[in-house]
Amino acid sequence: MSDTIILEVARFNPEDGGEPSYQSYEVPLRPDWMVLDGLNHIKDQLDGSLAFRWSCRMGICGSCGMMVNGRPTLTCETLLMNYAPGPVRVAPLDHFPVVKDLVVDLDDFLAKLQKVRPWVVRKDDFKPAREFIQSPAQLEAFHQFSLCINCTLCYAACPVSGLDPNFIGPAAIALAHRYNLDSRDQGIEDRLDILSQHEGIWDCTVVGECSVVCPKHVDPSLAIQQFKLTATKEWFKSFLLPRGKH
Amino acid sequence: MSAGKRSNEPIVWFLFGTGGFFAAFFLPVHVLFYGLLFPTGLVHAPSYQETLALVRHPLARIYLFALLTFCFFHAAHRMRLTLSDVLNLRHLNTVLAFLCYGGALVGTAFTVWLLMTV
Amino acid sequence: MPQYTQFQPKEYRPKMSAYWYLDHWHYLRYALREASSFFVAYFCVLTLVQLAALGTNATRYAHFQAFMASPVMIIVNVIALAFFLLHAITWFNLVPRVVMRQMLARPTPDIVSSAPNYFVWFGATIILALFIMGVL
Ligand code: SF4
Ligand code: FES
Repeated sequence: MSDTIILEVARFNPEDGGEPSYQSYEVPLRPDWMVLDGLNHIKDQLDGSLAFRWSCRMGICGSCGMMVNGRPTLTCETLLMNYAPGPVRVAPLDHFPVVKDLVVDLDDFLAKLQKVRPWVVRKDDFKPAREFIQSPAQLEAFHQFSLCINCTLCYAACPVSGLDPNFIGPAAIALAHRYNLDSRDQGIEDRLDILSQHEGIWDCTVVGECSVVCPKHVDPSLAIQQFKLTATKEWFKSFLLPRGKH
Repeated sequence: MSAGKRSNEPIVWFLFGTGGFFAAFFLPVHVLFYGLLFPTGLVHAPSYQETLALVRHPLARIYLFALLTFCFFHAAHRMRLTLSDVLNLRHLNTVLAFLCYGGALVGTAFTVWLLMTV
Repeated sequence: MPQYTQFQPKEYRPKMSAYWYLDHWHYLRYALREASSFFVAYFCVLTLVQLAALGTNATRYAHFQAFMASPVMIIVNVIALAFFLLHAITWFNLVPRVVMRQMLARPTPDIVSSAPNYFVWFGATIILALFIMGVL
């Protein structure tokens, strides 16, 4: 087996205008190297002009997501070895505007995330005299959906988010769901107002790929379908009792 | 998309979901017999009189009404989404909705009429 | 959305391929699953035609049966059967999982939520088959 591998990396320089293109680099193929290590080798040894994001290199900061051979991937926890003998194509995440090379613009995603109010919302004066007790069962209800690291791989995997830029998207809905299921939270009505719109949950046609690519097993698809059940229940309630306060 | 209108999608989604169960549980056996085993003669088909008696049974009529109606709406909803997402006809969304759900309503009307007159 | 100033570099906005469902077999599987709806609609209409023939008279029904025996119709119906099975399997693996999770408010193994559906499916198929064949 050869001890190097070719990385074909997408390059885009906003100052040149024009289309992105691919540039090939030969990097060492070591058994313990991740795709991100290959990129860092390029940056340090071969071509300092390459731009990409990373921070923790342990799958927790969520900043190193890229398309590797066409699949949304966390590059810091995917072995370069998996793609031997290569070549490996590394491109920025699908469906996002590209700032430079492998760096995508997350402004739109972050704005969507804020809209669903992903924090504990209280409608009363919440000044507990002591800690708020939550049973293991209450924790289990939302725990899985709280593991999201905002890597946006699920957006890159979701064709609907590519087709409809207004779709609020898998991770934002999963996080909204996480707070709806939280026994301390009272914000479900606010979130229903946002998510029951067409660009909320109803844009989703259950391709299910978000849950396949999610590195944290959040299962956003499950969250969205559960939310559809809740929204449907609420719709029938307000249909049958139009004046009723729910 | 803040403070916008809540969608009325739940009504069609509810019909779609119910139809999905009907289609999954019951359609395979229907097409297996009427589309394959009877026409090829692998299984002997019941006579005209026997088949007529079967569909005239009140329970059979109720069953066929539920099956066909829910399946029509299931198909209508999914066809609309397939056309708008897979074939990327999103700009025709209103027309598609009208055609698909309208078609399902026509199908339901025919179902009622045929089941009452058979 | 960011506002560009005169000297600010522009972002590249990728276009989605019109054939995105061919990019990966998961997407193709999704497109085929959704395409099952066309066969559901087709078969419902076919059943209405059958009911109409049944309601008219024995000769009409014989015509209908002869029509169904034509090779083209048999091929179409075999394809329809394949699509119905794809729909059934994807449905049973997805929907009960969502409903179960909603009701129990905790994760359940997929087998626990799907298995009952396969049993019901099996039972319903046998019972309907007996009725359709005129045994019951
Ligand atoms: S849901 Fe999963 S794939 Fe999506 S942003 Fe969160 S961790 Fe990443
Ligand atoms: S570098 Fe932090 S998740 Fe990969």
